[in-house]
Amino acid sequence: MAPENGATAGGDPGRDGQGFGTGEITTDVVIIGAGPVGLFAVFELGLLDIKCHVVDILGKVGGQCAELYPEKPIYDIPGLPVVTGQELTDRLMEQIKPFGATFHLGERVDALERLPDGRFALSTDIGSRFNTRVVVIAAGGGSFTPKRPPLDGIEAFEGQSVHYSVRRMEDLRGKDVLIVGGGDSALDWTLNLAPLANSLTLLHRRDEFRGAPHSVERMRALVGEGKVRLMIGQVTALDGVGGQLSAVTIKTKDGDEHVPVTALLPFFGLTMKLGPIASWGLNLDENLIPADTAKFETSEPGIFAIGDINTYPGKLKLILSGFHEAALMAQQAHRYVHPGKKLLFQYTTSSSNLQKKLGVR
Amino acid sequence: MAKITFVQPDGSQQTVEAKPGMTVMEAAKLNDVAGIEAECGGACACATCHIYVDAAWRDKTGKPAEMEEDMLDFAFDVREESRLCCQIKVTDALEGLTIRVPAKQF
Repeated sequence: MAPENGATAGGDPGRDGQGFGTGEITTDVVIIGAGPVGLFAVFELGLLDIKCHVVDILGKVGGQCAELYPEKPIYDIPGLPVVTGQELTDRLMEQIKPFGATFHLGERVDALERLPDGRFALSTDIGSRFNTRVVVIAAGGGSFTPKRPPLDGIEAFEGQSVHYSVRRMEDLRGKDVLIVGGGDSALDWTLNLAPLANSLTLLHRRDEFRGAPHSVERMRALVGEGKVRLMIGQVTALDGVGGQLSAVTIKTKDGDEHVPVTALLPFFGLTMKLGPIASWGLNLDENLIPADTAKFETSEPGIFAIGDINTYPGKLKLILSGFHEAALMAQQAHRYVHPGKKLLFQYTTSSSNLQKKLGVR
Repeated sequence: MAKITFVQPDGSQQTVEAKPGMTVMEAAKLNDVAGIEAECGGACACATCHIYVDAAWRDKTGKPAEMEEDMLDFAFDVREESRLCCQIKVTDALEGLTIRVPAKQF
């Protein structure tokens, strides 16, 4: 399965909007990233009676496992000779269910600030606010963001006439729209915007589409009726002034064609970028966060980094390493969340206390 | 062993030794060939190891499978000769293979 951006027409998939106007959420721990390591952190913290809120930019849990390789097999999870990315995600969700973490999906943590009392204030791009004692960054390769086609000068058009997602369909009424891509996002927006646009061209590098077959059929029907123009080729240059696109050059097998376009929607999937984390005042080493190997704490006490996002001597980017890091992180997080409370090391196999928390006793 | 030459957009060349069984991407990464990112580590899940195979070699390297074609949709400046080099297995038959690295990965 290929990564898609803006796959659902009509708005913002996965944004649960819990953050809107609900005031500040006070909690013990905010975990940034709902990949396998972020999810397992809920488990390790939960065993130590620590409640978590989990924020992820994707509209679903599982991180790269769910977004990049949901159907691909993973062979190096101890005890599971073979498991797909989606199965691993599902099993982890089952495992952490007793701990009742709250998920904030489709949100990106934009700001993190230490408060005078040593706690942290976090806010997301859609306005959720958290007041927390501990922050666990389990952000993997960073936040998933739409891929930007490497066309000269494209940045200048972004927001005004180049859009990687559609917030308001009305904004595209009467425009000469060019949609680029061959997946569900490109097809869905072609179907949805064709009635509104002055003209709509769908451009793909080949005459085969990855999207849902019925969407492909409907698109081809619109092409047949002359309502959508289908072009096979690639954009090579953009024309326009002051952020307003006027035309693009499209390379086809019959040569270059200059096509009038006032709105360009590229759908080339998602890539991972470190994003706002870079501006939180943490020490960074080539876009990774150095962490100590006893507690997986960053240069800022109370902020931890686990999983692919951290670095330390001998680091291996393996899910199993992230699980180990989550377990050690939880020990230190406990000292912050429950200061002065003695931490008794227990095994889930034998501790009736832990088994009660897990709901198996 | 097969010798594989990577040609950069500026014309500079680097020839590496590749062991049969590994992928062309792995051979490139082991030898720090510029312009091959392979973000996903060879899972055919990212399209950042996009390369061009010279016409003379296309029979020996084969055609992209459907999954690879789908992933090539996410690459930049895709051509007839485009491949994801994590999907090309090195064999002795590839001795002398020439690969061109694109100007940009996405």
